[in-house]
Amino acid sequence: MSERYGFSLTTFSPSGKLVQIEYALNAVNAGSPAVGIKASNGVVLATEKKSKSLLHDDRTIHKVESVCKNMGLVYSGMGPDYRLLVQKARKLAQEYMLVYEENVPPTQLVKRIADVMQEYTQSGGVRPFGVSLLICGYDYDEDRPFLYQCDPSGSYFPWKATAIGRNFVNGKTFLEKRYSDQLALEDAVHTAILTLKESFEGQMTEDNIEIGICDKEGFRRLTPAEVKDYLAQIG
Amino acid sequence: MGDDILSYNGGVALAMKGKECVAIACDKRYGVQNRTIATNFTKIFQYSDHCFVAFCGLATDVQTVSERLKFRTNLYELREQRKLKPVVLYNMLTNLLYERRFGPYFVFALVVGLDPKTGETYVYDSDNVGAVSDNVNLATVGTASEYIFGLGELFFKPNMNSDELFEATSQALLNGVDRDSASGWGAVVYVIEKDKITVRELKGRQD
Repeated sequence: MSERYGFSLTTFSPSGKLVQIEYALNAVNAGSPAVGIKASNGVVLATEKKSKSLLHDDRTIHKVESVCKNMGLVYSGMGPDYRLLVQKARKLAQEYMLVYEENVPPTQLVKRIADVMQEYTQSGGVRPFGVSLLICGYDYDEDRPFLYQCDPSGSYFPWKATAIGRNFVNGKTFLEKRYSDQLALEDAVHTAILTLKESFEGQMTEDNIEIGICDKEGFRRLTPAEVKDYLAQIG
Repeated sequence: MGDDILSYNGGVALAMKGKECVAIACDKRYGVQNRTIATNFTKIFQYSDHCFVAFCGLATDVQTVSERLKFRTNLYELREQRKLKPVVLYNMLTNLLYERRFGPYFVFALVVGLDPKTGETYVYDSDNVGAVSDNVNLATVGTASEYIFGLGELFFKPNMNSDELFEATSQALLNGVDRDSASGWGAVVYVIEKDKITVRELKGRQD
């Protein structure tokens, strides 16, 4: 598909900007909010998952996805682009396992995913991905959790806590006040829900948000029943 | 000898486990069929603080595979900012060998390692196309491997300390190579412990 174009569609403007990437970031910032918080013993990812119609059967489509035993992803931006990145990330994680017989450390997988995203800003005939990813994982060698953000440009940032998507500025301000290094995973889940609530229109239920947690045991998405319990605790 | 590629150059290596220590040893002969060219050709290479690999077989492949593995391990350490673990090194090696499944390298390998924190010991062997083994007590490769296996099984005891391990490894190797014309001309023994690595050169029968 991209072999037909030998030239990149992402080119520099006179001011030194790559406008296509700026536009991709606009797509991200218009997407539904996602939050990631790193606790002392794990990471939580949370996102709004509003369906556009009552007819949607939204228990079968997921935004929070696992990549391998110890890593998970969530996004803000374009769903289909995200789907592709999830598939690529899963394959990259398995390729690593095949060569090294070890679970991929979060830092390594993030580098590889970011390289994929960067490729699409320089290769011929393609456009950048319209998503920013929040990647969480547990590093068994260093025995600690990690949270990273990956942008359409291919830059990646390690975070203690962050918000992406709509109203991310408010989200980050909220997190700056609420975050502490001593946060345990349970508290982090509460804080994540409260952060989402800041920009949430309407009633938050277990069907219109998704939460994933990653700790030493691995990554998993919370069931709607578990989400309901957390929501009840917040009241 | 004849036209058997794996015995063209000769050579042998042995690895044995002890209690929180491992030993790996090899001979030093480099020959071309029945001619001995050099007596300083060691077949053991270090890839991390406590990870060693021995390659036996065609000399050119001993050199090339050890270097190509080093290439990969160097990049690994730069990318991951951490040292290699024995299991990871072993899998990288078998992966490298299997990449050439249908035009293989002619080396059999031994991988040994130690976890300096837990004292856990690792001894693995591989054929020339990357068949993996379990973590074993004793492994040998090379033209005299059968002779050394027999002696190794005789001298091996579980949970040996580093001195006993050195003796067992050395005796098995030195006496085994005496039965093989393509191996010998001296030996090198590495004993790897949690806090130190001891290298000893042995002078056996110089023939």
